[in-house]
Amino acid sequence: MLELATFSLLNGVVYGLLLFMLSSGLTLIFSMMGVLNFAHASFFMLGAYFSWQVGRWVGFWPALAIAPLACGLVGALVERYGLRKVHPQGHVAEILFTFGLSYVIGELVVMAWGRAPIENRVPASIDFPIFTLMGTSYPFYKAMMMAISVAMFAFLWVAFKRTRVGLVIQAALTHPQMVGALGHDVQRLFVLVFAVGSALAGLAGVIGGFALLTEPNMAVALGPIVFVVVVVGGLGSIPGAFIASMLIGIVQTFAVALDYSLLDLFRAAGIPVAANSALRELYAIKIAQAAPIIPYFLLVLILVARPRGIMGTRDQ
Amino acid sequence: MRHAARWWAACAALLALLPWVPGLDGNFARSLLSQMGIAAIFAISYNLLLGQTGLLSFGHAVYFGLGGYAAIHLLRAVNGGVPIPVPFVPLAGALAGLAAGIVLGSVATRRAGTIFALITLGVGELVHAASLMLPAFFGGEEGITASRTRAPHFLGLDFGSQLQVYYVIASWLLASALLALAFMRTPVGRMCNAVRDNPERAEFIGYNPQRVRFIACSVSAMLAGLAGGLHAINYEIVTSEAVGAMRSGEVLLMVYIGGVHHFIGAIVGAIAITWLQVSLSSYTSAWLLYLGLIFMAIILYAPGGLAAILVKHAAIWRSRAMGGVLRAYALALPAALMMVGGAVTLLEIAYRLSTQPEAGARMTLFWIPMDAATPWPWLGAAAVAFAGFFLLRRVAPRVRDAWDLALHG
Repeated sequence: MLELATFSLLNGVVYGLLLFMLSSGLTLIFSMMGVLNFAHASFFMLGAYFSWQVGRWVGFWPALAIAPLACGLVGALVERYGLRKVHPQGHVAEILFTFGLSYVIGELVVMAWGRAPIENRVPASIDFPIFTLMGTSYPFYKAMMMAISVAMFAFLWVAFKRTRVGLVIQAALTHPQMVGALGHDVQRLFVLVFAVGSALAGLAGVIGGFALLTEPNMAVALGPIVFVVVVVGGLGSIPGAFIASMLIGIVQTFAVALDYSLLDLFRAAGIPVAANSALRELYAIKIAQAAPIIPYFLLVLILVARPRGIMGTRDQ
Repeated sequence: MRHAARWWAACAALLALLPWVPGLDGNFARSLLSQMGIAAIFAISYNLLLGQTGLLSFGHAVYFGLGGYAAIHLLRAVNGGVPIPVPFVPLAGALAGLAAGIVLGSVATRRAGTIFALITLGVGELVHAASLMLPAFFGGEEGITASRTRAPHFLGLDFGSQLQVYYVIASWLLASALLALAFMRTPVGRMCNAVRDNPERAEFIGYNPQRVRFIACSVSAMLAGLAGGLHAINYEIVTSEAVGAMRSGEVLLMVYIGGVHHFIGAIVGAIAITWLQVSLSSYTSAWLLYLGLIFMAIILYAPGGLAAILVKHAAIWRSRAMGGVLRAYALALPAALMMVGGAVTLLEIAYRLSTQPEAGARMTLFWIPMDAATPWPWLGAAAVAFAGFFLLRRVAPRVRDAWDLALHG
C-alpha cells in the first residue's frame, strides 16, 4: 500500500509537471496577448513527432533541442502571418483561428506520419533505473522529465523577473501603448511570446511524447485537460496553473490505481442497493474507470464554488 | 407583414418541391436533403448563441446528442406500444435539450467570452466521457436503435420512405426558423444583441446579462435538441458520437463559414458543409484538412462568411455593375484555380503516400497520371501553386477596385 502510494505520488507529480509545462505556455500566451490558443496541444503533438523524426536522424539529445526550436519557429510564423491579421477582428475570431489551426495541424501530422501511432519509445540512453525503492526501480527518464520541467519553470521565472526583455514583456501585458511609445516593438514581442509558448509546448511534447501514445489524436485527447487546468487555476495565473496541474495530475494518477466504486462504499456502510435500481449502473462505476472525467468534474465544481479559479484575481 | 407571409409561403413551397427537382429526386439526394435539414436546424440553434448573443460554445453537441437519446428512447417506447406518431417524437428531443440547457446553462452562463467557451468545452467532454460509462442509457459503442415504421400511422403515412421523413424534417425546419426569427424579435432577443455588443450598458438599463445569456442558451439548447430528435428518427440509431467534440466543432464551422451576422448564414453554412462532407469525403480522405483550411481562409479573408459574400453580390447586382466585377473575376479565376489546383495536388500526393502506402506511388490526380517516387509531380505542382499565388496577388487589387467601383461609384 505504501509502495503504491509512493509511486502513484511520483507518477502524479511527473504527470502534473507535464500538464504544467503545457499550461504555463498557454497562460503565457493568454496573459500577454489575450489569445486562448486552441492549437497549443497541437504544438505539443508536433514536438513529439519532430523529436521522434529528428531523433531517428541525429539521435535523441540533439532532438531535445531541435524539436522545441522547430515548434517555436512554426509558432512564430503562425503569429506573424496568421494571428496578427485576425487580431483586429477581436478575440472570438482569434480563438476560432487557432481552433481551425488545430484541425489543420492534426491533418498535416496524419499526412506526414500516417494515422497509426508511431513507435515513440524511450531512447535507450535515458532508459535505466535511477534508484530502487521498496523493490521497484524508478526510471531515469521520469526523473529527467521532472528536472526539465523544474528547470523550465526556473528559466521562465528568471527570464521574466530578472531580464530586460522580461520586464518589457511584463509592462506590455498591462500597458502595451505606453511600451510602444517608449520605443519597444510590441508586435515583435508578440511574435517572441507566441514562439516561446509554442517552443515550451514542443519541449513538453519531446519528453511527454513517450509517456503518452504518440498518434494524431493526442492533441485532441490532451487539449481539453490543459484548458481545464488553466480555468481551475485561474485564467492568466502561472502559480494557479501550477497548483491546478499538480492537483489534477496527482488526483488522476491516484484515481487510476483505485479499484473501488460507490457500490463498495454502500456495502461497507451497510446501505442496501436494490439489484434492479436505476442508479445501480452509476454506483457500480469504479473510480479507476471514472478517472478520465475527474478533471471535467473538478472544472464544474470550481465554477460553481469559485468561478474565478483557484488563484484568479478578477471576474472577467 | 403580408410581405413576410408571402416570403414564408415561398420558402415552404421551395422545401416542398425540392425533393422533386430532377437530380434531387433519387433516394441518395433525398437523404442528403434530410441531412442538410437537420444540420440547418442545429446551425440555426447555434447561431442564436454565437451570432445573436456572442457566446462561443465548444460543446453544443451535448444538447443535440441528449435530444437524440431522448427521442430514440421515446421511439423505442413507441415501438413497444405508446401511441405517439413519429413526427412528434422529436419534440421529446426538444424537451430534453431544453432541460439540459437549463441545467448546464445555469453553470456555463455565469461567465461570458473565453471562459464560457472553456466551460462548454469541459462540459462537452464530461458528457461525452459519461456517455461511454453508462451503457444502459447511452448504448455504449454500438448505440441505441429503434424503428420508426413500427409506430402508429399519422395522416395515413408510415414513414418508411426517405421522402416522408424528409417532409417531417422540412416542416420542423420551417417551424424552427420561424421560432428563431420570432425569438430574435422579442425584447429578450433584442437584449441578446445588446448583451453581445455591450454587456455593461445592458446592465445599466436594468437587465441582468447573465439572465439574458441563460435564456438564449436554453432556447438554443431546445432547438439543438429538436435537431437531435430528428437525427434519431432519420437514422433510427443514436451513438455516443452524437454528443462528441467532433460534432460540436462541425456546427461551429458550419455557422462561421456560413456567416454569423446574417440569419441565413447558418442555413447556407449547414447546406454547404454537409454537401462538402458528403461529396469531398467520397473523393479524398483529407477532407477534414480542406475543411480546416477553408475555415481559416474565411476567418482571414471573409470574416462575414458566405452570407456576407452573397449579400455583397446582391448589392452589386442591384447597382447594375455586375459586368465590371465579372471582368475582374475572369482575370482572377485562372490564377485562383492554378493556386488551389497546385496546392491540392501537393496535399493529395503526400496524403495518399502516408495513409495508403500499399497503393504505391503511381496515381492519377486531375486526370494526369503521375509517379510520386520521382520529384517531378512535386516540383510541377509546387510551381503551379506558386505561380497561381503570385498571379493572384497581382490581380487582387483589380478585384478590390471593381468592388469599390460597383458599390461606391
